[in-house]
Amino acid sequence: MMPGHYGLDQKLLWACGGILGLLVVATIVGRVMRLAIKDPVAEGTIANLNQRIGSWWVMCAIFGLTLVVGSTGSLVLFGLISFLALREYLTLIPTRRADHHTLFWTFFIFTPLQYYLLSLKWLGFFIVIPVYGFLFIPAAMALAGDTQSFLERAAKIQWGLMICVYCLSYAPALLTLNIPGFGPDAKLLLFLVIVDQLNDVLQYVFGKLLGRHKIAPSISPNKTWEGFVGGTLSATAIGTALWWLTPFSLPAAAAISLAIALLGFGGGLVMSAIKRDLGVKDYGNLIGGHGGILDRMDSLIFAAPVFFHIVRFFYGS
Amino acid sequence: MNVSSLAGIVAGAARFISGVQASWRDGAPQARQSVFFANHTSHLDFVVLWASLPADIRARTRPVAAQDYWDRGLRRALAVNVFNAVLVPRSGEDRPRESRARSTIDRIAAEMGDDYSLIIFPEGTRGTGESVAPFKSGLYHLCLQKPSLQLVPAFIENLNRVLPKGQFLPVPLISRITFGAPASFDPLEPELVFLERMRDAVCGLRER
Repeated sequence: MMPGHYGLDQKLLWACGGILGLLVVATIVGRVMRLAIKDPVAEGTIANLNQRIGSWWVMCAIFGLTLVVGSTGSLVLFGLISFLALREYLTLIPTRRADHHTLFWTFFIFTPLQYYLLSLKWLGFFIVIPVYGFLFIPAAMALAGDTQSFLERAAKIQWGLMICVYCLSYAPALLTLNIPGFGPDAKLLLFLVIVDQLNDVLQYVFGKLLGRHKIAPSISPNKTWEGFVGGTLSATAIGTALWWLTPFSLPAAAAISLAIALLGFGGGLVMSAIKRDLGVKDYGNLIGGHGGILDRMDSLIFAAPVFFHIVRFFYGS
Repeated sequence: MNVSSLAGIVAGAARFISGVQASWRDGAPQARQSVFFANHTSHLDFVVLWASLPADIRARTRPVAAQDYWDRGLRRALAVNVFNAVLVPRSGEDRPRESRARSTIDRIAAEMGDDYSLIIFPEGTRGTGESVAPFKSGLYHLCLQKPSLQLVPAFIENLNRVLPKGQFLPVPLISRITFGAPASFDPLEPELVFLERMRDAVCGLRER
């Protein structure tokens, strides 16, 4: 394939076909379960499962469409996701009136700037938020003059910008990576998203089917050792089997998939801990059955930056 | 483009920008002549409350807005054509305060006729969002004239963070509006007791 260009190649189509097949199977299973199981306790879970599957169709359609459009499509999509995630996060974070201008900057200057720099394929996107954003936020807040819980407020806004914008932007940043013999290629982003999101789904499925021993009862009743082990192993197996989407060898694909699965689990755990701290169940209600955007992106927030740097370090030119 | 489809577009845009989540504590509202009243923290309050109403009720609901702010240029076009607002004077007339208030209530009652509902903010002025100020007597005097009105309380959260008093640029946080169970007017109830009961109805809808 030509460097700097990607399009509808055969492998991308196969992967998209595989996702489509998975959605069809999941939909059929969900419908059959709804008809077959009449247990009043399980009915709520099954209704939620069917709602989740319905949302998966929409999410896959949007993601697939932007992948086909090209790198601009993915940048716009993830830029929008960052914006909406930041909105969910900052809605729940207590801020004060003096923070108004700082909040305006995070939404309308730093978020678009991060994705604009990415569109230029300029590696400066690495430093804008962790250096300039990091220093700008407390400076702007100090100028506003309100010192009550100053450090706490500044840290919470910085954190929002880091997770919702900086970390997430590493996913579309994969489209800027030059890899000899592979090129900047959307399949890398597709691989990350498939392994990461399937890890979430499989941890949920194994947890619902076999879950007995809670990993972190104070954080989430849904995270169990059975779900964690089953999800991590099966997501790693799927990632390994998808090595042909990537520049990785078979063992490398296994190791990298394992890393994605472990990081995804860590992201889910951390973002759940924040929810417990804030006293909410979900970050929002934008995605039917799943909760908010942040509830779906929690694992990717952790997996995307590390995956990017692994690939860049071992495979980049 | 006709006015009702324009209103639909504006309502949709207002809901999208404010990310407002509307909930009805007491189920969907009845299509009766009503007064929707809420706490007041932002210029966006009436737009968002209006946009959160079901389309058929929204078409028959008029916000009460300050004439000096809304009665010129583009704002006037928006207020008159889209929101169908009742514009009332806040100040500037040299009649005694009491009779001016009375004539304003008379005008509002006349503009409502027999089928328009109303959106009002009985605090009279925008607060900080932390507490709800005592209600002004306008709501009571309106009810004296129209005792059969359905009184629907609403609590608006977070709009004071979206566009606080004194700020020009909005921050797109998600706001929430909760409508409570409709109350009715009792002519035997003293004015201050009634106003306090209505204020409690609004404050009781606060989530946290």
